[in-house]
Amino acid sequence: MIKIAMIPEVGNFALIIALCLALVQGIVPILGAQTRTFQWIAIAKPAARAQLLFILISYICLTYSFITNDFSVLYVANNSNSALPIYYKFSAVWGAHEGSLLLWVLMLGIWTFAVTIFCRSLPNDMVARVLGVMGLVSSGFLLFMLLTSNPFERIFPSPMEGQDLNPLLQDPGLVIHPPMLYMGYVGFSVAFSFAIAALLGGKLDSIWARWSRPWAIFAWVFLTIGITLGSWWAYHELGWGGWWFWDPVENASFMPWLVGTALVHSLAVTDKRSSFKSWTVLLSILTFSLCLLGAFLVRSGVLVSVHAFANDPARGLYILVFLAVVIGGSLLLYAIRTPHIKSSGQFDIFSRETALLVNNVLLLVAMLTILVGTLYPLFVSAFDLPSLSVGKPYFDFVFSVLTLPLVLVVGIGPFMRWKSAVMSKVLIRLIKVAVAGIVIGIALPFIVAGKTSILVSLGVALGGWSISSAVYYLFKNAISSGFGIRGFRRIVKIPQATWGMSIAHCGIGIFVLGVTFVSAFEQVRELPMQVGQKTEMAGYEFQFEGIENVRGPNYASKQASVRVSREGRLVATLFPEKRTYLVQQNPMTEAGIDSGFLRDVYVALGEQVDEKTWGMRLYYKPFVQWIWLGAMLMATGGILAALDRRYRIRFKRGGGQHVKEKMYSKRFAIPS
Amino acid sequence: MFKYFIPVIVFFALAGFLVTGLYKDPTAVSSPLVGKPVPQFTLPKLWDNEIEFSESEFAGKVSLFNVWATWCLACRQEHPLLVELSNSKVVTVYGLNYKDEISEARRYLVEHGDPFEASAVDATGRVGIDWGVYGVPETFIIDKQGVIRHKHIGVITQNDVQLTLLPLIRQLHNESM
Repeated sequence: MIKIAMIPEVGNFALIIALCLALVQGIVPILGAQTRTFQWIAIAKPAARAQLLFILISYICLTYSFITNDFSVLYVANNSNSALPIYYKFSAVWGAHEGSLLLWVLMLGIWTFAVTIFCRSLPNDMVARVLGVMGLVSSGFLLFMLLTSNPFERIFPSPMEGQDLNPLLQDPGLVIHPPMLYMGYVGFSVAFSFAIAALLGGKLDSIWARWSRPWAIFAWVFLTIGITLGSWWAYHELGWGGWWFWDPVENASFMPWLVGTALVHSLAVTDKRSSFKSWTVLLSILTFSLCLLGAFLVRSGVLVSVHAFANDPARGLYILVFLAVVIGGSLLLYAIRTPHIKSSGQFDIFSRETALLVNNVLLLVAMLTILVGTLYPLFVSAFDLPSLSVGKPYFDFVFSVLTLPLVLVVGIGPFMRWKSAVMSKVLIRLIKVAVAGIVIGIALPFIVAGKTSILVSLGVALGGWSISSAVYYLFKNAISSGFGIRGFRRIVKIPQATWGMSIAHCGIGIFVLGVTFVSAFEQVRELPMQVGQKTEMAGYEFQFEGIENVRGPNYASKQASVRVSREGRLVATLFPEKRTYLVQQNPMTEAGIDSGFLRDVYVALGEQVDEKTWGMRLYYKPFVQWIWLGAMLMATGGILAALDRRYRIRFKRGGGQHVKEKMYSKRFAIPS
Repeated sequence: MFKYFIPVIVFFALAGFLVTGLYKDPTAVSSPLVGKPVPQFTLPKLWDNEIEFSESEFAGKVSLFNVWATWCLACRQEHPLLVELSNSKVVTVYGLNYKDEISEARRYLVEHGDPFEASAVDATGRVGIDWGVYGVPETFIIDKQGVIRHKHIGVITQNDVQLTLLPLIRQLHNESM
């Protein structure tokens, strides 16, 4: 491809125009909505769409610089190399700080654009405020880029060759992990903007919650997928068989997920029962604040992490001021406006509202323990506290304690009716579910591993409890009317949102099962193996067949081949590698993994011992795929729930002021 | 009405902490231990828990004392550098295996290479408290008298080794006993 000299400048210029448009979008429509100036309100949509266009141009320019190996651009020189395979040149765009910010604003632009498309059933002043808030958020990020982290900065004289992309990031999993994660982070800006718009407009009703709900669920789905991919990537790429490390960056993504989960549930209450209004608003603000806080923690270098991007106090200070304005401002607005909100909807102690409240509190406590654990080093240095370390042991302990009540509530909640539930009815059903859980807890470990312990059975029973509760809830009507045609009709009638909820809750159970089994019955062997040597573990025979030198496009590799067989039959031949990336000279481990529904066999190549002998690490990981399967089921459940018919036809029944919108509702699949 | 102001107050308190964090170099949090003799302790050694590891181990040579754990993701990043430092023989590298499983730790060293002359096993983290460990990894440089001369918090990079650790180690070698 020909290098066109001015492309980076075009990108830079497009970014500046995008900033101007974002400022217009952020200021004019909000003022228009407050003063009821129609022309000002009308600017919101075109400004938002034009902003996306210019960010897109800028993004394409940066991608172009990567593809054409334009090492006169500092960011490209630092994160690419002419030998880097072409597909990684596309993903290298977001491989470091500046570019990932550009991706972030691009995502924000896309979400904003989506709002302009699907908001036709909303009152105009509401749309103006929502888009305005999103414009302000976007201008904050664009300004941040232009002031402190411009991806188009030139370097002179330009180097002949680039520094290459961090080898850790050269993996297919990473091609989609950050975009998904960012879609989630940024997606919560929609729910946030809805909340702020509602506070500004003074109209906090259940209709507001219904508008904001599918958006929040979609953002949550993306975040779920993003975190899952990150964990899956770590499992494959980092080469030591773990799937979660409580690294500050992982925590930064997990905190908004936990509060986002609380938000999705609390929105349900506000939507259906008009309760929890101010609480839901607060959660909307909190979720997005945690997304921003995550960005701050990752980028400011305040915390030490493997993922650490730049370590520049100027950037940190900017983000902090930005956080103070956005979060502080919203919380102040919240404090001033919410006292006037009346929450209707009384409920009994024994009701679904209470169950959801318990769920919310547990999720929030979980988030706070992570927040404290992650920020602990900061508190220590500020107060000169006596040191004690937090790390995996702290988080593992706290989380195993919190999971128990959380999963219990997941099983109970759906059986509770809104407002007031009949205790005897609920108890009868729960006893059935509990019996199923206990049976699964005792039987399944024996079937899988031939043994169990109290802790293992407890974990499996919890998983079983959650799954059987979800399945039973889904089919309870069908079961009570027999399994004939009537039962079938009942199944057909189950609303999509109910399917969504049950599938997501099932996913939690499957996740818990996966975690329990893999931590209890995992087998590991570490041994030096000679070429030709055989060894056995967990019923599998591993034969080390030899080692080969392999040349990749930008790395040299020692590749072992290991034959895995079971009872004489070949299961797989695995090729674990030790790569050395030529530019950065980092050694990287690529594990050889044979994944299956019930178990993974995982081989990692260690150090060379002598000419014919290599260190080898063999893993047998039962049910490990269930961890990600469970998470994916949660995401699937979320998608089903967000696309429920209820959001599509609601304005037909919506009453008075929405009659006009009737005609639009047929044309668009997704509301608001 | 006051309760609605709680979130914003909590937030600004938190922001205050973040500001202090921003202006403290996270890798150079002042350690009251720098310039003091190493704390006294006795712990079992990783490869043979019959043998004791104590502060007397550091006497008479320049040592690097690295706090590590298998659950610590960042430790894996700096591990090759420790191996390199240890192979170059400019400094004796010791480890403090912090709140870890012994078998996991042994396995880890077999796979990634063992840079440590010896590793002390601090399963409960008690000794870590005396050393002022507040996160893993941390690295101490100790002189021939057994005095802590430098503390590094977080991952050590090639830059840290070349610009800070190696010059300091060379200087300490030249100091008399």
